[in-house]
Amino acid sequence: MADESYPDDLLYHPEHDWARIEGDVATFGITWYAQDQLGEVVFCEPPEVGRAVAKDEPYTEVESVKAVSDVIAPLSGEIVEVNAALTDRPEAVNADPYGDGWLVKVRLTDPGERDGLLDAEGYRASLG
Amino acid sequence: MPAADTLKRTPLHERHRAAGARLVPFAGWEMPVQYQGIGPEHIAVRRGVGVFDVSHMGQIETRGPQAARLLQRLLSNDVRRIPEGGAQYGLLCREDGGILDDVFTYRLAEEHFLVVTNASNHEKDRAWFERHAGDFDADVIDGVDAWAMLAVQGPRARELVGGLADGRLPSRMHVCQRDVAGLPLLVAGTGYTGEDGVELLMAPDRALAVWDALVQAGATPAGLGARDTLRLEVCFHLYGNDMDEERNPIEAGLGWACKEETGFVGAEAVRAARAEGAAERLVPFALTGGGIARQGNPVAGGGVVTSGTMSPCLGVGIGMAYLPAERARPGEAFEIDVRGRARSAEVREKPLYRKDDE
Repeated sequence: MADESYPDDLLYHPEHDWARIEGDVATFGITWYAQDQLGEVVFCEPPEVGRAVAKDEPYTEVESVKAVSDVIAPLSGEIVEVNAALTDRPEAVNADPYGDGWLVKVRLTDPGERDGLLDAEGYRASLG
Repeated sequence: MPAADTLKRTPLHERHRAAGARLVPFAGWEMPVQYQGIGPEHIAVRRGVGVFDVSHMGQIETRGPQAARLLQRLLSNDVRRIPEGGAQYGLLCREDGGILDDVFTYRLAEEHFLVVTNASNHEKDRAWFERHAGDFDADVIDGVDAWAMLAVQGPRARELVGGLADGRLPSRMHVCQRDVAGLPLLVAGTGYTGEDGVELLMAPDRALAVWDALVQAGATPAGLGARDTLRLEVCFHLYGNDMDEERNPIEAGLGWACKEETGFVGAEAVRAARAEGAAERLVPFALTGGGIARQGNPVAGGGVVTSGTMSPCLGVGIGMAYLPAERARPGEAFEIDVRGRARSAEVREKPLYRKDDE
C-alpha cells in the first residue's frame, strides 16, 4: 500500500475523490484516505464510456473484501475513457491511487465547477 | 450503536492499538477488524498460523448433578454423547424452532459444562438458560467476564501452541487443561476457519502474556474481517446472517445438529419441519460472471443472500443464500440482484474452498 499523500497538482472533493484537470478533460480517482478507509480493493468494474456523471453524485463503485463503496464525481461531464486494467488489477487503487489506480476520464461540461473543489492543503485540513 | 466509550474492550485492546488494528464496534465490543489487511491475514491462516482475539464471545457455565439434563433440554444436539473433555456444536431454539443461537459446548467434567455463545446473543442466551434452569438441579454461571478467548488457527497452529504447552494438545473436538506459556488455561481443538488449530480460554489477566507468547512464536494477528472470509469459504454459518429466530434448523441446513428424540425446546417444531421439508434452503454459491454479492441482495425468482464476500483463496465472489428448495441443488444457476445489476451465480457444494483446490 502507498504512503499517505495528497499531490498538490490535484483538486479534491470532500467525499475523498480527486480530479486532475487537463484542458477540458479530467481524470478522477479516490484519495489515499479513501482507499485506506476502504481497505484492500478487490473488485472494481468500470462504468460505461459515454455515461454522464454529475458533480456530487455517485458514478461507480469500488469494493473491498468487507464493503462496497460509492464513488462520487468531483465534477460533471461525460465519461470518455475508463481504466479497464482495474478489472484484473483492482489493487492498483491501493498501490497507486493517483497513478495506475485512476478510475475514469471525463469530458467536463461545466469547467466552472472546479471552483467548488479543495486544493491539497484544504483537503488535508478537512481530514482533521 | 453504542458510543465508543460504552463499548467493552478485551484485555488485548492496547495490543491491538499498538499493532495498528482498525477497531470497530461489534456486538457491543470494540474489536479489531483487521491489522495489515484482510487478504494477507486470511492467507496467513490458510498457509501458516494466525491468532484471533475472540474475547467478545460469551460463556455460560453450568454445574451440578442435573447440568447435563438442563443442557439436553436447551441444546438441539445430544448432550449425552459429549464425553468428559469433549466438545459439540449445537443450537438453542425457540419452541417454534426459530434459532436463538448456535453454540459450542465443552464438557469440562461429568457435571460441569462450558457453553460458548455469540457476543450478539449472549444476554438473550443467558436469560434463556436462567429461565429454564429452575426445573433442574444445576447452577448457571455467566462467564462472559471470567474468560478471555484466543483462536490459534492454521496448518502450523498446533506446532506453534504445542511448543509453548506443557503437554499434548487435545485432538479435534476435545478440550483439556494445559499450561501454555507457563499459564494454566483451557485448550480446545475447535475453530471457525476450516483449518486445524485450537482455541484457548483463560482468565482475562492471563490473556496479554499468552497473546504475546503466541505472536512472539510467529502467529500472525488476524482480525474479525479475515475470520469472516475464512468461515465463509468453508460455509460455517454466521448467526444474524445465515440464520436467526425466523429460520429453523432444517432450512438453515443444520438438521445434522438436531436430535429431536432428546426432547429439546423446539424439537417438535424441528421434527415437523424435517418431515415437511423446508420451502427455502441455505446454499453456498459462487458468482460465475464476476462481481461480489452482499448480505441482503435479493435472488431473482425468490430468495436472498445472507453472506457474501470476495474469496481471498478462490478469487471470486462467494456467499450463502436462501433459495427455494427446488432450486437449492449444486450446479443450479441463478441470478442475484446486486444493487440493480443482475449477477450470475451457481449453487455449489460445501465447502466452497478445499485445501487441495490450490
